[in-house]
Amino acid sequence: MHQFQIEPLAKLDLFGYDISFTNSSLFMLVVLAAIWVFMAGGMKRELVPGRWQMAVEGVTGFINNMMSSSIGPEGKKYVPLVFSLFMFILFANFMGMMPIGIVPGAHAFTVTSHLTVTAVLAVLSFGTVLVVGLWKHGLHFFSLFVPHGTPWWLLWLIPLIELFSFLIRPFSLALRLFVAMTAGHVLMKVLAGFVINGLNAEALWVAPLVALPSFILMIGITLLELLVCAIQAYVFALLTSLYINDAVNLH
Amino acid sequence: MPQIAQILETYASQFFWMLLVFGILYFVIGRGMVSKIDANVEARDRKIADDLAAAEKARAEADGLVAGGSDALNAARGEAQAKAAAAKAKGAKDAEARLAKADAEISAKLAAAEADLAKARAKAMAGIENVASEAAVDIVAKVSGAKVSAAQAASAVKAVLS
Repeated sequence: MHQFQIEPLAKLDLFGYDISFTNSSLFMLVVLAAIWVFMAGGMKRELVPGRWQMAVEGVTGFINNMMSSSIGPEGKKYVPLVFSLFMFILFANFMGMMPIGIVPGAHAFTVTSHLTVTAVLAVLSFGTVLVVGLWKHGLHFFSLFVPHGTPWWLLWLIPLIELFSFLIRPFSLALRLFVAMTAGHVLMKVLAGFVINGLNAEALWVAPLVALPSFILMIGITLLELLVCAIQAYVFALLTSLYINDAVNLH
Repeated sequence: MPQIAQILETYASQFFWMLLVFGILYFVIGRGMVSKIDANVEARDRKIADDLAAAEKARAEADGLVAGGSDALNAARGEAQAKAAAAKAKGAKDAEARLAKADAEISAKLAAAEADLAKARAKAMAGIENVASEAAVDIVAKVSGAKVSAAQAASAVKAVLS
């Protein structure tokens, strides 16, 4: 569990709040820098793109497609937000998987494995939906809670369920990402513990019988975790685009 | 779990840094770079579409030209064939006319030559009669000693020859 520990690197204080620069802040900045480097590599803006520009255009095109297919032409306005969410989560997840641990004393930190961070991201997504919905439709936005074709004798129940499912969105967004990252990393940690303790065990049969299968399993789990990193970022971006679609087009 | 155990002491710091980092990410990268890259992609797509449209137009134009060209070609070929036929007919007529003229000339020459020949033969015939009658007079004188008048000999030769 040490990998999730937040350690202050420099003490900072703002209006009585502790805003110390921590390893979490450091990795946020690393993620930001990595995204910037990636994007800057594609900013030559040539008519015939090179490989790097192709990759950057692939990512922006991916988000563009997602927005236009789930929202329509109006989705273009929300591309910067969803792009930022997607890239931040993707890069934060991958940055947490980097083998920085081979440098003594250093270890990778997964920014998205903390509830505060995922909550901020979820609230950004949820808040956008609320603001856009109320701005565009005013009080008519609340018709979102009465789906088409609701029989009149269910009007006391359906809006309640819809409201509940609406309010649960930020929690599901935040918890899904937090749990996926935490659980995957804990599983890897447990397997790594098997490998290390198995190799250090006094009984000689433990190493080949426990450490080796654990190591093989760990390779698979690591690949799976890399997949989860990408899928979680995709799921977050996709759900955000679907929620914004609700706010823009109602239903 | 440190995420839950530490949440109260670290939330302010995480909140602050998260908003700072995400703000920079959103305004600098999300709004700045992404829109530029999008604009570039759009410009490329538009250029490709324009180029395709221009190529399509050029193809249609070329098709039109080819159709017009083949029309002109057909017309020219027809004209050339008509001209060739006319020239052939004229050539045949000319040749006929010349042939007829040459024929007439040749037959005229032939007639003249025949007339000459007939005259020459008559002359030769007359010469032969004279020579024969003279010879007949001489032969008769030598053989029989009789004197035959030239007129008698001539009529006798004439009777033999004709």
